[in-house]
Amino acid sequence: MPAPSWEKDPVLSVEHVTMRFGGLVAVNDLSFAAGRGDITALIGPNGAGKTTVFNCITGFYKPTQGMLRLQHGDGSTHLLERMADFKISATAKVARTFQNIRLFSGMTVLENLLVAQHNPLMIASGMTVLGLIGFPAYKKAEKRSIEKAKYWLDKINLTDRADDPAGDLPYGAQRRLEIARAMCTSPELLCLDEPAAGLNPRESGELNQLLLDIRKTEGTSLLLIEHDMSVVMEISDHVVVLEYGIKISDGTPAEVKADPRVIAAYLGVDDDEVAEVEEALDVVVEEARQ
Amino acid sequence: MSTSAPARPFEPDFAAAAKDAVLSGVIALGIFGPLVGLRTTQNMSNQLIVESHWGLVAIIVGIVAVGRFVLRAFVFPRMAMWKAQPKVESTAEPSFLRRNIKTIGLVFLLFYPVIIVSMLGYQQSIKWVDNFGIQILIYVMLGWGLNIVVGLAGLLDLGYVAFYAVGAYSYALLATHFGLSFWILLPLAGILAAMWGIILGFPVLRLRGDYLAIVTLAFGEIIRLVLINWRELTNGSAGISSIPKVDLFGWITFNVADPNYVGKVFGLANSSAYYKIFLYYLILALALLTAFVTIRLRRMPIGRAWEALREDEVACRSLGINTTNTKLTAFAIGAMFGGFAGSFFAARQGFVSPESFVFLESAVIVAIVVLGGMGSMIGVAIAAVAMIGGTEILRELSFLKVVFGSDFNPDLFRMLIFGLAMVTIMVWKPRGFVGQREPTAFLTERKAVSGSLVQEGHG
Repeated sequence: MPAPSWEKDPVLSVEHVTMRFGGLVAVNDLSFAAGRGDITALIGPNGAGKTTVFNCITGFYKPTQGMLRLQHGDGSTHLLERMADFKISATAKVARTFQNIRLFSGMTVLENLLVAQHNPLMIASGMTVLGLIGFPAYKKAEKRSIEKAKYWLDKINLTDRADDPAGDLPYGAQRRLEIARAMCTSPELLCLDEPAAGLNPRESGELNQLLLDIRKTEGTSLLLIEHDMSVVMEISDHVVVLEYGIKISDGTPAEVKADPRVIAAYLGVDDDEVAEVEEALDVVVEEARQ
Repeated sequence: MSTSAPARPFEPDFAAAAKDAVLSGVIALGIFGPLVGLRTTQNMSNQLIVESHWGLVAIIVGIVAVGRFVLRAFVFPRMAMWKAQPKVESTAEPSFLRRNIKTIGLVFLLFYPVIIVSMLGYQQSIKWVDNFGIQILIYVMLGWGLNIVVGLAGLLDLGYVAFYAVGAYSYALLATHFGLSFWILLPLAGILAAMWGIILGFPVLRLRGDYLAIVTLAFGEIIRLVLINWRELTNGSAGISSIPKVDLFGWITFNVADPNYVGKVFGLANSSAYYKIFLYYLILALALLTAFVTIRLRRMPIGRAWEALREDEVACRSLGINTTNTKLTAFAIGAMFGGFAGSFFAARQGFVSPESFVFLESAVIVAIVVLGGMGSMIGVAIAAVAMIGGTEILRELSFLKVVFGSDFNPDLFRMLIFGLAMVTIMVWKPRGFVGQREPTAFLTERKAVSGSLVQEGHG
């Protein structure tokens, strides 16, 4: 069997990552790769450790063991486990959204998108000093960043609400805004934590279109955690399945869908099959340990 | 509404009101009779005797009963009627006063000493320019400085007076020992205070909420205790006196003995009012500088980052904002303005001692920021006028002696009335005088953000 496409040119390689919280092993020796320009989905039942993996990638946790390597298109490599969380976004160009939406609710939609462009604007304003005394370069940079915000507002259909507070938007719009805010940091890899949670079928269809569009026009690679299988199966190129912090399946959506271990993890199994599944899991744990 | 009842001519229910009034009168008598009516004192032969103040009790009970009667008979029915009426959304333009409050306020501030002097003459104007004008403007400036830390960045700082003290002592010590001019020491005091802001900022970076408040409070106390106990440097509780006056860049001074004393230059009679008026314009300029810088900063990435930090720190970090630097700049810039105000304070008083930098000062400044509406410049200014001007005006209420007897001292009730007023205002306007947030950028139209959506910060 030839190596899958994501192994050839990965944007993110997760290598033997383990995350322990005291005695609890949330993620156990996880390795996978996310291909450049791919939409990679990370799925698994509740408590499987998906968000923990995300928090390790985006620097909110430091993994107990393992390596997280991010490769840009220009060949530069960043080791995420060694970087401070804000640096992961600023220099490694990994952006993320949150499971429970974290917008700046008291700031307007436009301001939310401007805050996301903090670092380039900070440089343009000469670390505030030049901007404070009215240097024209800052004004130009601000105009440019408003243009960029407008571009994303058009994409997410929120241009007419640009001057409303973000906290006033309906739930679906808040989700879209959070994605647009993350994209305003010009990321190489965009990590989405359950982007379709709480969306109705029409909204979730729109979300699929938005994500496909982001990949096509921006060339950003996407990594997403999702429970909504319609989203996962429809748009992702590559699916990684976690259960109890261990990878139980890895492949194309079709392959994963047919994997008996995934079916067992998701649907549960009859009593007489438990032993069988446990055996299968033991094999996986053994494999993981080696 | 289903039934649009015609506005009933309202009939006060006098019987019920009278009953209510009598009842409240009896309760008031029960409370104030023993509390106010009886007082034990010593007579000439050191015997304990009971003095009675039944007249005063009668006045209080009268006020309570009549007040209750009026409330019940006239105010409550009106209020009920207002509530029953469907609310009409006022789409009209805000009034002229409301739209131009900033310009009007600024013009008034610029001409305030002129108005006072032309009304009262130089000698009488001193009190109004100094106790009201300068005093209020110092607190406006302190409020605006602290507003950066508490209002914008959402970091509750209960030790702000420490930076005020650093500024004041920087000027006092360097001016008395090295004879440096105010104009050199003003920026220096700001820099020193900013440095202490960063020194405080580092250990508290990880703290939030209550913990941050406690550590900053402790910092304020530490600075004060150092000032008291480091006698060799600060002269302890006795303080530093004969701090030189400010001059106008050396061209004009305010010491009568100098050859270029302002009176001699312009051929005016000697008066201490000139110095006060000069100081008034100086603090006005400093306060406006604070406002200008803050307004500019809010529209810069750093200002937006402060507000984003107040809204959600985790999201900030996910967007690549260095929250450490962002917090430290908030502390440093807030402290810098505190330092400016401190050096001005030292120059104005001519004397500094640790007494001026107690926790109550910090509490008053925090109260001004909270009362004004967190993050709002105009709200903070209004709150400073209300709090500082309000407490000062209570000193002027000597006419109350006519009502309450000659030994009534309104000064004693200042803090009581002050507290009561604060509670009332916070019940009436829980988000402060200006509960809205002005956005820093807009695409088509600038709409104020309702205060209910704006976070108060995590500490």
